[in-house]
Amino acid sequence: MANKIRIATTSLAGCFGCHMSFLDLDERLLQLAELVEFDRSPITDIEHCTNCDIGLIEGGVCNSENVHTLREFRLNCKILVAVGACAINGGLPAMRNFIPLEECLSEAYLDGIGVENPQIPSDIELPLLLDKVRPIHEVVKIDYYLPGCPPSADVFWKFLTDLQEGREPELDYGLVHYD
Amino acid sequence: MTNTITIDGKAVPFEEGQTIMEAATAAGVYIPHLCHHPDYTPYGSCKLCTVKVNGRVCSACTFPAAEGQDVLNNTKDLNDDRKLITQMLFVEGNHFCPSCEKTGNCQLQAVAYHLNMLDDHFPLFYPHRKVDASHPDVMIDHNRCIFCTLCVRASQQHDGKDVFAISGRGINKHLIVNAESGLLKDTDIEATDRAAHVCPTGAILIKRTGYQVPIGQRIYDHHEIDEVSLLTEQQHGE
Ligand code: SF4
Ligand code: SF4
Ligand code: FES
Repeated sequence: MANKIRIATTSLAGCFGCHMSFLDLDERLLQLAELVEFDRSPITDIEHCTNCDIGLIEGGVCNSENVHTLREFRLNCKILVAVGACAINGGLPAMRNFIPLEECLSEAYLDGIGVENPQIPSDIELPLLLDKVRPIHEVVKIDYYLPGCPPSADVFWKFLTDLQEGREPELDYGLVHYD
Repeated sequence: MTNTITIDGKAVPFEEGQTIMEAATAAGVYIPHLCHHPDYTPYGSCKLCTVKVNGRVCSACTFPAAEGQDVLNNTKDLNDDRKLITQMLFVEGNHFCPSCEKTGNCQLQAVAYHLNMLDDHFPLFYPHRKVDASHPDVMIDHNRCIFCTLCVRASQQHDGKDVFAISGRGINKHLIVNAESGLLKDTDIEATDRAAHVCPTGAILIKRTGYQVPIGQRIYDHHEIDEVSLLTEQQHGE
């Protein structure tokens, strides 16, 4: 299987919706399995990237761990792809950018409706939150973008088959959606 | 004797006093635009309509057509510039399309789709802007305003009112309304006004109508803006 395309995927500040959409490839996943193998990804449980051909990043960066993960992907992936609205412009998580971080935390963990045992989580194991959620192209170089919330399975398919067949990936009008 | 210009090599007739944009629209040639609307005085702010006239960069919506003009419009270079301009419009506001009622019917988004804009290219500003939901029927989400002044012009030139204006300069530019409180509810706008419907983006919305047409079945989900724009604007007459 030496010539399979090696793909790593991750969800940073995302909802896993893009990963779910990827799985919407349904029976095409069988075809895909002939062509690719997965490295670090929620679908393999491999914890760190080795050398990969393609890294698919869902979500923007909202905490320090996201930044480390993103850098690990950039170091190990020949082609790094921003997948979905959140990776591209911060998306829904970035809507917290207009509220001071302290207020967000108090609302979620202290004052919010139905909060029991109010306390702001501060375990040393927890990554520190960034002041603002940022899109990933502000942190590392991104080679391709797949817009959509989420991008449809057809978008993933077009992108991966274009690459696999040696074409410059292109999304025509029907495949470009921001919603 | 006929007045003729060429646009991308095609002969396009014009009438005295017409802009390049007006001549192009009448001839079925689409020039991307956001702040231009055939019913209102040209304003020339968005620069999406940037064309080259005899080698010189001009805004087609404000530039008068004149005999002997050789206009470049649908070229890779110009469309690349237009894409950058559109990316700037996106990053200087807050455009979270998945949570915007206008998605699929939005001209800003549609121009971006038309230009195959897949990313924002620039760092995002995430400016702090307000929502004015004070009026019972009409709301303003300032996060999505691109300062095209179409609402300003429609209110003055069609509705015979003066509800909107642009205030401030540069990065502090913002849309204001004509009320001492600064709130839309204290203006004389009504949901039937043209100004409440003319916004090319999701900045001015009519309440309780946003999801009457489901996402996925909206105008630009199925039709590209060049086609839609020519169809609707040719009917507006000169
Ligand atoms: S106004 Fe248009 S571009 Fe902006 S968020 Fe709404 S749909 Fe997207
Ligand atoms: S509210 Fe809409 S119509 Fe008015 S200036 Fe802003 S973008 Fe243009
Ligand atoms: S359409 Fe000409 S500058 Fe906006």
